[in-house]
Amino acid sequence: MEIPYTVSTRPDTGLWNAKVGIWLFLASEVMLFGGLFSAYIFLRLDAEPGFWPHGLLNVPVGTMNTAILIASSVTVVLAWAALKMRQFTRYKIYMGLTILCGIIFLVVKLAYEWPQKFEHFGAYIKKSALEKYEPYLGNKHLAEKGLPPRVEISGHLHNHEALHDPNVKEYEIALDPVNADPMNPAMDRPHFFYVPPTEKVANIEKADVEYANMFLPKHSAYFASYFTITGLHGLHVLGGVLVFIYFWLPIGGSRMYRQNPEHLANRVEVAGLFWHFVDLVWIFVFPLFYLL
Amino acid sequence: MNNPPDVSQDPAEHEEYAHNVQKHVKGYLVVGAMLLAFTAITVALSYVDFGTRKANIAVAMLVAMLKAGLVAAIFMHLAAEKRLIYRVLLFTFFFVFGLFWLTFLAWYDPITH
Repeated sequence: MEIPYTVSTRPDTGLWNAKVGIWLFLASEVMLFGGLFSAYIFLRLDAEPGFWPHGLLNVPVGTMNTAILIASSVTVVLAWAALKMRQFTRYKIYMGLTILCGIIFLVVKLAYEWPQKFEHFGAYIKKSALEKYEPYLGNKHLAEKGLPPRVEISGHLHNHEALHDPNVKEYEIALDPVNADPMNPAMDRPHFFYVPPTEKVANIEKADVEYANMFLPKHSAYFASYFTITGLHGLHVLGGVLVFIYFWLPIGGSRMYRQNPEHLANRVEVAGLFWHFVDLVWIFVFPLFYLL
Repeated sequence: MNNPPDVSQDPAEHEEYAHNVQKHVKGYLVVGAMLLAFTAITVALSYVDFGTRKANIAVAMLVAMLKAGLVAAIFMHLAAEKRLIYRVLLFTFFFVFGLFWLTFLAWYDPITH
C-alpha cells in the first residue's frame, strides 16, 4: 500500500503528513519534560537552605557536551539542506558527523560523568551535630558572609563496608576540597574545573549522620532529579542516533535516495526536528543543573 | 528567514533552487555560532553575582530562552511554518504554562506557608 502525502502536501492541512505527526509528538514531549521540570522547580524551591548542592557537576565537561549538541544540530540541518540540493555525498558526511556528535555526548555522559558521581560519597550531618563538624563545614564563616550553610560532608569513601555493616560506627572519608578547607573564601563559590578529593581524611560518626550514601539517585532530591532528567534526555539522544544511523546506512539512506530523494529529505527533516528538540531540552538542563 | 521552497523537477529551476538553499546554509552556520557564543555567555554569567540567587536564575533562564527561541525559529523552521503547526503549539504552550502555574500555586499555598 502506498502511504499518501509523504512528499506532496495534503490539501486540508497544507503539510505532508509526517510533519504534522512529528509536531504532535513533540507537543507531547513538551508535556513530558515540562512535568519533570516543574517537579524539579517544586523540589528545589522547597529545599531547606544548604540542601540543594551547587557546583557538584563538572562545568567544563558540561559546556563541552552542550557545544557538541549544538554542533550536531547544525550538522543535521546541513545534512537536510544537502539532500534538498541533491548532494548525497555531502549528506552522508554531515549525517555521519551528527551521529558522531551524538555518540560522543552519550559516551561522556555514561562513561565519565555518571560513574564519577557513583564513586562519590556524601553524608548529611544531623542539625545537633553541625557544631561538632564545624572544622569541615565552616558555617560561621558562611553565616558572616550571608551565605547558606553547609550541611553535608563529601568526598571519597574509604570504608565502603560502612554503608551496609551496622558494626562499623564511622565513615572514613578523603575530603572534598570544600570540606578540607571550608574557611577559605575561594571555596565560597563552586570551582570551574573539577577538583578531586584531597588527601585529608575525616572520620564521621554514623550517630551524627542524618543520611549518607553514594551520589546515586536515592542520595537526594537533587540527584534524583538530575539522573531522571539527564537519563531521559540521554535516552532521547540514543533514539535519535539510532534513527540517524538507519538513515545513514544504505538500507535507509541511498536506497530511498534513489527511489525518492525528496522523501528521504523529509524523513531527515522530521528526525532533525526531534533532534533539535532534544538540543532544546539540553539548553535548559545545562544551566539548571550545572551552573545554578 | 523563510524556509527553502520545495524542490523543482525542472533542471534550470533546480539550479536556482540549489543556490537559494545555499543561502540558508550560511544562516544556519551563523545561528550555530551564535548558540555557541550564548553558551559561553551563560557559563560566564553564572560566575557573576547579580545580588540574589533569584536574579542569577532569572538571567540564566533568559539567555536559555533566547537560545531555545533561536533553535525553534531557525533550525526547526518555526519562523515560517504553516498555520496548523502554530495551532498545535498554541495548545501545547497553554497546557505547559498551566502545568507550571499549578507548581507555583502549590508553592504559594497560603495554608502551609
